[in-house]
Amino acid sequence: MAAHLTVEVRGLTKRFGAREVLSGLDLEIAPGEFVALLGRSGSGKSTLLRVLAGLDSEVDGTATVRGARSVAFQQPRLLPWRRVWRNVVLGLRGRGADRALAERALAEVRLSDLADAWPRTLSGGEAQRLSLARALVREPDLLLLDEPFGALDALTRLAMHGLVADLWARHRPSVLLVTHDVDEALLLADRVLILDGGAIVTEHELTHARPRRHADHLDVRARVLTDLGVTDHASA
Amino acid sequence: MSTAELLERVAAPVPAVPARRRSRLPDLRRWISPVALIVLWQLTSSTGLLPPDKLSSPWTVLQAGAATARSGELGEAFAVSIGRVGLGFLFGAAVALLLGVVAGLSNWGNVLIDPPVQMLRTLPFLGLIPLFILWFGIGEEPKIVLVALGVAFPLYLNVHSGIRNVDDQLVEATTALGFTRWERLWHVVLPAAVPQTLVGLRQSLGIAWLALIVGETVNADAGLGYLINNAREFLRTDVIVVGLVVYAVLGLVTDALVRLLERRALRWRRT
Repeated sequence: MAAHLTVEVRGLTKRFGAREVLSGLDLEIAPGEFVALLGRSGSGKSTLLRVLAGLDSEVDGTATVRGARSVAFQQPRLLPWRRVWRNVVLGLRGRGADRALAERALAEVRLSDLADAWPRTLSGGEAQRLSLARALVREPDLLLLDEPFGALDALTRLAMHGLVADLWARHRPSVLLVTHDVDEALLLADRVLILDGGAIVTEHELTHARPRRHADHLDVRARVLTDLGVTDHASA
Repeated sequence: MSTAELLERVAAPVPAVPARRRSRLPDLRRWISPVALIVLWQLTSSTGLLPPDKLSSPWTVLQAGAATARSGELGEAFAVSIGRVGLGFLFGAAVALLLGVVAGLSNWGNVLIDPPVQMLRTLPFLGLIPLFILWFGIGEEPKIVLVALGVAFPLYLNVHSGIRNVDDQLVEATTALGFTRWERLWHVVLPAAVPQTLVGLRQSLGIAWLALIVGETVNADAGLGYLINNAREFLRTDVIVVGLVVYAVLGLVTDALVRLLERRALRWRRT
């Protein structure tokens, strides 16, 4: 079983000076599994994602990712001097980084009309869809999403949830979604992990069939909010 | 204007012409005062209020320009001066780019290169002329070195800060996309430094002309500065003005060339 896991983390510890941000964290993600990682600010969510993305290797313990990985960040991080379609194939240099491929990827995120635009002319939602296309065009085995909708307005965010669900169903990468948004996690994920004090303290399986509605996991929602230390359940 | 008219204007739909297109139409009113000044200059000269040994009339300047151009004097001076600026610029820019890139990219380069450059740049480089004459004599070298020095500092400073201020987020994003160190340098760091480098290019070209004028005025046996100095000996204020006008035109032309370059290289910035 273990040999087939996409992500295998054992005893991961990360310190910034004297402060321990991750303390002996264990995590497994199966191929095609959608995992959401929740936690309060400063709980180490983004640090874990950066380690899995290969951006931070000064850690103790092991973090193994099998296969290709891609990241979409909270900010789209596009190269402003490359046209949209060239930004899409940025991660493919040499390996079939052609226009036709870029256009197929843009069609998937409904940006076909903007292939020749400059990134500066895109709206926040468009730029974030482009960032998703750029991550997916690499056909990753692991897709890392670092609060990718955090900076978007509420309506755009709802549209993006649908888009991510579609793209995941089509490409079936393993996904690790780092988010603050409990409802987002409940809509999209197979499993919700709660990170606190540098380790995963609880996890909840989500079994409802997709597409889900907000009413589907009210029981889990209440428990997740309790885990996160939120006591006011009025909104549920 | 009546209130009704004013309201009509305010309510008028914004024309669908892009702002760039509109600003290309020259506003002819801006020509009124320059033309008036030249007419005034001509009038004071014609009435003898402004004696020709202080300043020649615009018409005489025009004639002097035509005469020096016909005799080949102006063309030759022009070619010599352009050559000096060109050579000085090439040397200065090459050194500035090399040092700026090395100091911008490597920490050791920054530690070793930046302090002496920052110290030297506070020297008034035009004040180095006496030293240059001692070192290089009075031939072409001191003029070219002076231009090179004037070019090098602003270009170095801008290349250096352009590279140092690259958005770390972009560098990180391309690292996550599997870019190697060299690919990041070529596709992210250097393109990101282009806007700042072009600012430096414009500053250094302006200074290049200034350095040349000073160098040529101090001492020269050819070039525009020589033309001007020579005319002074014969109280030919008309030829002096011709030389100044040519300097000014050259400065404007190089500035326009850089603007053109900016428009082409920074297309992605216009929205």
